[in-house]
Amino acid sequence: MKPSRIPLVTTGIVLAFFYLPIAALVAKSFNSSRFSPEWKGFTLKWYERLFERDDILAALVNSLKVALIAASASMLLGTCAAFALHRYKSRLQDAHRMMVNVPLVLPDILMGMSLLLLFIAAGVSLSLATVTIAHITFCLSYVTLVVLARLQDFDPNIVEAARDLGATRLQAFVKITLPILFPGILAGGLLAFTLSIDDYVVTFFVKGPGSDTLPTLVYSMIKKSKELPVINALSTLMLLFTFLLVFASQRLTRPVNR
Amino acid sequence: MPGYLRFENVTRRFGSFTAVDRVSLEIEKGEVFSLLGPSGCGKTTLLRMAAGFDVPDEGRIFLDGVDITRLPPDQRPVNTVFQSYALFPHLSIRENIAFGPKLSKRSPAEIRSEVERMLELVDLTAHADKKPAQLSGGQKQRVAIARALVNKPKVLLLDEPLAALDLKLRQRLLVELDAIHDEVGITFIYVTHDQGEAMSISDRIAVMNKGVVEQIGKPAEIYEAPRTSFVAAFIGDTNFLDGKITSRIGERFSKCAIHGIGEIIIDNDKPTSPGDLVHLSLRPEKIIVSRNRPELRENENSVPGVIEDIIYFGSHTRLWVRCGGWRICAETQHRTYQLDDTPLNWGDTIHLRWHANDGYLLEQYREEDESLLTLPDET
Ligand SMILES: Nc1ncnc2c1ncn2[C@@H]1O[C@H](COP(=O)(O)OP(=O)(O)O)[C@@H](O)[C@H]1O
Ligand SMILES: [Mg+2]
Repeated sequence: MKPSRIPLVTTGIVLAFFYLPIAALVAKSFNSSRFSPEWKGFTLKWYERLFERDDILAALVNSLKVALIAASASMLLGTCAAFALHRYKSRLQDAHRMMVNVPLVLPDILMGMSLLLLFIAAGVSLSLATVTIAHITFCLSYVTLVVLARLQDFDPNIVEAARDLGATRLQAFVKITLPILFPGILAGGLLAFTLSIDDYVVTFFVKGPGSDTLPTLVYSMIKKSKELPVINALSTLMLLFTFLLVFASQRLTRPVNR
Repeated sequence: MPGYLRFENVTRRFGSFTAVDRVSLEIEKGEVFSLLGPSGCGKTTLLRMAAGFDVPDEGRIFLDGVDITRLPPDQRPVNTVFQSYALFPHLSIRENIAFGPKLSKRSPAEIRSEVERMLELVDLTAHADKKPAQLSGGQKQRVAIARALVNKPKVLLLDEPLAALDLKLRQRLLVELDAIHDEVGITFIYVTHDQGEAMSISDRIAVMNKGVVEQIGKPAEIYEAPRTSFVAAFIGDTNFLDGKITSRIGERFSKCAIHGIGEIIIDNDKPTSPGDLVHLSLRPEKIIVSRNRPELRENENSVPGVIEDIIYFGSHTRLWVRCGGWRICAETQHRTYQLDDTPLNWGDTIHLRWHANDGYLLEQYREEDESLLTLPDET
């Protein structure tokens, strides 16, 4: 029997669906024509232009700062939450579990609004700090769930074995539990990082003056279409970076026993 | 002399459920002591209390004269081999074995030589740098044993160490485990639900049922002189007969009326008097089968019956024989070449013969709980 062509065809369609727009974007970033879509020759001038712009650089630094802090903080808090969810079974923990899951499906716009209202009510002035806090809020659930999944296929006897062989609670945690969970925690952190770095909606609500991140800056730049090719160049670079991150996180989330 | 490891009235409850019920055991130094019983009878719970992962609600545990009831696991000179192996997946085999010694205050050189010696003992030197996931089930089990033994524990606890392996491998590892015990001479507590494993490796066995120890004894004692019907049925196969003592024959023997069979002679394994209702256990291999009515010697019984089922096992054959209202299983060993004989067939009438000594008197019972034999669930 001839192998069916259907899988090949669907794969082709899916790939085209995802990657044609991206290919168009990458191509345009090297096109010397500013407005027209036709090819006017290869150029790197949009990249040069990109690196001359201080506001983009500042927004990039802001984005990285926020993403790094949000990822680290949610790694720490998310791991703690996952441990609590895994170890203790009670009504309170059931509520906790539900509350961890809700932010995954909550519309960003709702989360942004509510955070904004909270900050205003608390009299906190909007700044990069409020953006960071907001990002931790929505990253936390993802990290918690990734670490929890890892914990759930972790044989509890392994920790007991460490205690049995003479390790104190702390030693067992540091030498056994943490190293086994670490890839999961790191994968959660990477996920948080990517979520944070491309968030627009929540950031839009809680950012203060001068605390633009890359996505909010790009959006305001799009309004002035003169800048479009520069944005293409920026997007291409971010794309490259994202591919590297995805590749790294896939390596980390492979099961322990392989 | 009190036991080396001693459980004193140990009880453990989970909510209203009593998993371990007033268990007292005395385990001698250097012996292989098995906890044997069906799944869910509390073996693991008892073992976990010896290891320090769980604390009894009542009772105390002593090791070498020291009360260890509340000592945390890392401070007990006891090590465990887990059923799931519980190897550290991120460490190599060598690092797994070295984990315990590295936490102790021993010198690196000493640790290295100890670990190598252990690798050799369990024949894994060639695999020392692999990760656990790269090993087969039997090899993982051997790593788990080495990882525990390298700490020179006073007692090694093994929780169904072979249950996850296939039959052939299980038999081989059992022999290896026995050899390891002979070499290191450490006290082993061996938990299993497999009576064959327990019988072959143990010096003594405690048979557990529903959190209670039903009998403690050497394998042969447990097999030949089961204290309760549960033990008789759990260890090997047996026939149960119910009867009523009618009269005594001297010191040792009594006559017992079995409904539908008639009077048979039984050994007074327990003190009884005429009128008592008793359960009797009769092992299949103790029954001698013959076509003709046998000549009876003193204190022998003979009962006629009709063959209902025959199963041929090669080395022996099992017959199920209808005798009155009873269906009795008898086993014939094939010590000689079989094909020349005229074989037994379904429907043949045969005679079952056994000496009064070969039956065993179990617990008495009262009229009102006549059918309340405590038997293991069918497996
Ligand atoms: N942590 C626990 N919480 C509640 N019930 C338990 C717990 N551990 C064991 N049990 C119950 O105690 C009984 C005995 O369990 P266990 O000692 O594991 O039996 P075994 O090892 O003989 O199969 C089982 O019915 C089990 O459900
Ligand atoms: Mg068990």
